[in-house]
Order: sequence, then structure tokens, then C-alpha cells
Amino acid sequence: MVRSHVLVCGGTGCTSSNSLKIIEALEKEINKQGLTDEVKVVQTGCFGLCALGPVMIVYPEGCFYSMVKVEDIPEIVSEHLLKGRIVTRLLYDETVGKDEIKSLNETDFYKKQVRVALRNCGVIDPESIEEYIAYDGYMALAKCLTEYTPEQVIKIVSDSGLRGRGGGGFPTGRKWALTAPNKAPQKYVVCNADEGDPGAFMDRSVLEGDPHAIIEAMAIAGYAIGATKGFVYVRAEYPIAVKRLQIAIDKAREYGLLGKNILGSGFDFDMEIRLGAGAFVCGEETALMTSIEGNRGEPRPRPPYPAVKGLFGMPTVENNVETLANIPQIILRGPEWFSSMGTEKSKGTKVFALGGKIKHTGLVEIPMGTTLREVVEEIGGGIPGGKKFKAAQTGGPSGGCIPAELFDTKIDYDNLTEIGCMMGSGGLIVMDEDTCMVDIAKFFLEFTVDESCGKCTPCRVGTKRLLEKLEKITSGNGTMQDIDELEELCNFIKENSLCGLGQTAPNPVLSTLRFFRDEYISHVKDKKCPAGVCKSLMSYVIIADKCKGCTACVRVCPVGAISGSVKQPHVIDDSKCIKCGACMEKCKFGAIVKQ
Amino acid sequence: MKTLAELEAIRDKAREKMNIRNNNSEAIRVVVGMATCGIAAGARPVLNAFAEEVAKRRLENVVVNQTGCIGMCQFEPIVEVLVPGHEKVTYAKVTPDKVARIVVDHIVNGNPVMEYTIGHIMK
Repeated sequence: MVRSHVLVCGGTGCTSSNSLKIIEALEKEINKQGLTDEVKVVQTGCFGLCALGPVMIVYPEGCFYSMVKVEDIPEIVSEHLLKGRIVTRLLYDETVGKDEIKSLNETDFYKKQVRVALRNCGVIDPESIEEYIAYDGYMALAKCLTEYTPEQVIKIVSDSGLRGRGGGGFPTGRKWALTAPNKAPQKYVVCNADEGDPGAFMDRSVLEGDPHAIIEAMAIAGYAIGATKGFVYVRAEYPIAVKRLQIAIDKAREYGLLGKNILGSGFDFDMEIRLGAGAFVCGEETALMTSIEGNRGEPRPRPPYPAVKGLFGMPTVENNVETLANIPQIILRGPEWFSSMGTEKSKGTKVFALGGKIKHTGLVEIPMGTTLREVVEEIGGGIPGGKKFKAAQTGGPSGGCIPAELFDTKIDYDNLTEIGCMMGSGGLIVMDEDTCMVDIAKFFLEFTVDESCGKCTPCRVGTKRLLEKLEKITSGNGTMQDIDELEELCNFIKENSLCGLGQTAPNPVLSTLRFFRDEYISHVKDKKCPAGVCKSLMSYVIIADKCKGCTACVRVCPVGAISGSVKQPHVIDDSKCIKCGACMEKCKFGAIVKQ
Repeated sequence: MKTLAELEAIRDKAREKMNIRNNNSEAIRVVVGMATCGIAAGARPVLNAFAEEVAKRRLENVVVNQTGCIGMCQFEPIVEVLVPGHEKVTYAKVTPDKVARIVVDHIVNGNPVMEYTIGHIMK
């Protein structure tokens, strides 16, 4: 008789911090101590608190263990699973109250979160269709097929106010309504799982933690628009997601939830996975379809829109993973429930991947309208090392920066667009005072230059010229005219590019110019990088009075740029120095400074 | 699977297996002493008997837990039943064959089995 479940995170974050080894050790130790029939080990998707991985939760107590090591396993098994004595030293410190252990949902990280798209992530075994069904899985599909007409399904989705979570924010119901009336021999539902923004991993986590939700939602979309065939376009660099999705598709077919005559309703739907090679442009809907067709992933001009002429020239609905993950819940709980969350024009919740200079790196899902301050300071646990918040970057290479003075901005589609930012797919990178904003803009431009497909000139050549200007500025050779030209070129690229990639590529530059123009000016006029990041504009110097001549810096310098005799002040040769900062870290006397 | 009823049947069966994960603070708790003393006195079969009985009767609102030594080792296996809003009841020298009665009388019907309680046994 199973009396305890141990849920171990098998998401990408915890897998890379060795959770598979932990599962193996756990099963071995449970077997050794004769508890195989009493304790069940379940591998789940992402819990969200990736910074504390590998994590596990033990039921019925609901104890949350973090940063577990393989060596800790025998103790967990013999103390907790056998004798019921909780291993306090491994508990996540925020769950340890004075006399009691708090539930995970009461911690700062989870308290303000509302999990809709992520509701099953870290809760069920993604490779078990029964566990998905246990939490009302496929009930939404059953409800659509037995109770609603396709028109009613579209109305429910429209009424909920759900907007595309992939970045653009187009109303999902309207997209379906535009596709449904178009007559064609074959229509398609495509799931866009080509998540390419650096730092975003919510679609990956949904596919890894709750793949059946995507299958169910695609079947619902198929029913609504009259499509019988679906494709999930996912990048090959997401091996766990691909594997679990394939298992899920096979299981759904076996259970008759995909295939012919689903649940005796006469509705047919089946789907396949298509692997992408990781080109950023393939996240753009028309390029993605071109890639599924077997051609080079390049966007095509719109109109015609995919609703009329999409995949293989047929009417197609393309939705992002997170968008789809919301659909079954909207059907089951009603559009009013969904639209009761969020702001006037942005309903529901949004998943963000928190990264950068923040304590709780991980995945969070918050109602629209939560302020940036709440996300960073309360949920994210603030910035480590007592550093000051400088800006948050959303929307990756298509988005912009939110500066500290707009810390109380309520996050939703329209507020972000208004300040020159973008919701994007939901990467949220926190930056502290040590970040150079010009350097950040340069980083994203390097990315878009690499990823531009080359089909249209404004994007192919324009982004390259932008990057050259930024390089000129960060190397200290920029002029004030460069800044003006930069702005002009940005606007030109925005207006003239063929697809979303080019149209949004200048955003990181425009947004940093808008809020951090003074930093650009210091780079140009004073030839200084205020954050001390741009290597050409700073040098490391030894303060002679403080230097004891211990030679520690000489030994750590990789290029032999430091010289001096023992017990005498040393000197750094700026022409040899590569500005790696190793000497400054090593110096015990604080004698080395950045200038 | 071809009908909604079949899907519902699969759901209900799967849900029973996952009840353990409902971390409900309102639930009735059955706590079995599973320190070295408890295990030596035979607490493990008792713990398993509770888990089985609760599952068999589909009691969704009952959590079966272990705990460490509470200091009265001569009375192990000790089992505490905590019903929210009621005094804690402590049973001593519990054996697997006493479990069914504790579950039925106390947990289901709300009448503690006085003759199994520690107060009664200590007399």
C-alpha cells in the first residue's frame, strides 16, 4: 500500500543540477530499506524554484527539500520516509516557521503566484496520462465535444479575453473566429514551441511538465476551427520536452483521445511533432510554417494571413504553448473565471522566466497587472549582494528595458508597449547597478544580427549597421552624431522590415536610448562606461599606497601584465591587460580598482 | 475509450491514487510513532494497515503520517488521531487488527475507541 509520494523535479533546471541521479539513488535506497511498496517516487515537471534545485516534495506531509545531494538520500529515506522525522536541514528555509513547517504555497515565492498554465507542472508525472486525467485532464475536450458547438467554443475563448502569449498579444478567440469560416479540404492547428528568446523557458517547462494539456488544447482548437491535423513545432535542443510530448501523443492515441471518432463524437484529430533546428526566425509564424513544409525557414509577406492561407496553403491557426495551456482551464472553469483575473485589456495570468541578478531564478506565474516591484522584490526575493535595481529587460531581443523609476508599472500588454517595452514570450532579466545598458543593447543586437534570416534588407543590413555603431560607441570612438543616426536607423528598420524579427530588433536600442541616454552620452563625451563594463573604456589600476607587494595578483594574471618586486607596490601594464578582473578579485587589500 | 463515462471512470480511479498529494490542513490526521522503539514494537504493519484501511474506505479527508518517538516507548506502537476541532486522542499498543475499528468508530463515526486509548491501557 503506497502511503507516501516523493515528487522529484525532472525539469530542465533540476535535471542539469543532477536530479536524475537523485531519483536513481532514491529508488535504490527505498528498495534497500524495504519500502518499495510503501513509497512511490514520481518524476515531475518544473516546480519553478530553479535556483534551489534539485528540489523534491514529500507527501503526505508536503515537505519541500531543496538543493538535495545524492549523499543526502539515505538520510531522507531512513529518517523521513521510514521513521517520519523530517530532515530539517534540507528544508527550504522559507518553509521553516518557528514551531511548524509552512506549506510551500505560503512562501514569498509562491504566495502571489496564480498557476493556470503551470498548474500541473511539478504536480503530476508528465509521462503518465492517468495522472493528467486525475486532475480533470481531457474533461475540457470531452465537454467541448459533447456539450458545445464549435461556435460556442470560439465564443468561450473570445469571452475569456485570452491573448497570445508568444509575444504579439493577438486575441486568441478572434484568431480562431477568423479561421473557422474559411472552407478548405484540410485545415491545420499549429503549436508554436519554437521558444527562442534568450532566458525564456516557460514553453519548454509546460511541454516538459504538462504535455497532455497542449494535446488537449490543440484538439479543442481543431474542433473549433474544423481542423483534423495538428503540428507541434519544437526545437531539437529541447530533448526532454520532445521525448515527453512524444510519449504523451502515443498515450493519447492509445486511449482514443487522438485519432478517429474521439469519444464517439465523430470528430477526428491527430498530431505530429516537427523538430526545428533552433533558428530564432522560425518562431515567427509564417517562417515556422515554411519550415514545417520542409523549406528554409524564412517569413513570407502577410496578407494572406495564415487564417486564409497558412500551412501548405491551407487555413491554419497557430498558437503558442502557453496560450494553449490556458485553453482547457478556460473551457472547464468558464470565461468569467478567466477574465476575472488581470487588467482591463489583459486577462488571466502570465508566466515569466526570472533570470539575471535575482535571488530566486526560476519560473513564476502571476496575474496580469502585478507590479514589477512585486515580481522582483517579493516573488523573486530581490537582488543578491545588496546591489541596487537598475532595470528589468522583458521580451528578449524584441523587447526593452523597464528602468527603476517605473518599478511600480503594472505588468500587462498595453502598459509595457506604452513604455517602449514588450511582453514578449516572458523572459524577465533583472539587471543591477553593475550592468551597462549600452552593452546590453549591443548583446541583443549581436543576437539579432546572427539570427536575421537575410530575406529582407532592412533587417539583414540594418541590424548589422546598428551593431557597428554600438561597437563604435562602446569602444570609445563614438560621436554625438552616431547617437542620432542610431535612433534614425532604428526607426527605419522598424518600419521597413518584413517580419516581427526585424520590426522589433531595434527595440533594445530604442528603449535604452529612451531611459538611459545619459549612459550613451558618457560613453561618447567622457569616454567612460559608468557601470565599468565596456573594456575599452576602463582600466585596472593598483593604488601604490595600499599595495603590500604580496605578488598574489602577479600569479593570477593570465597574461603577465602585472610586474613589481616583492614587498614593493606593483604596476599593471595597460597595453597587455585584458581586463578580466582576476587580480581585483584576488587582492586582499583592496589595492586594485577599476577606473 | 469511446465515451465520457469511461473517461470519468479512469479519472476517479486515478484520483484515488493521488489523494496522498492533497496537502489539506483541515484533514483528519493519523500519526503513527515510527522511531526505533515504535518500529521494534511493530509500528510498520500498523502504519500500513491504516494506509490500506483509509484507501479501502476512500476517505479523502484523512492523512496518514509517521512521527518520531514521543517518549513513552513501553506503550508503542502509539497512534495519535487528530480531528480538527477536537482533543487529540492517543492510542497505545496498537496492532494491525485494531486498526479497522479505530478507522470505523473514530474516524468515520466520531467515537474514539476508549478501550484502546493510552489512558485506559495505563490503568
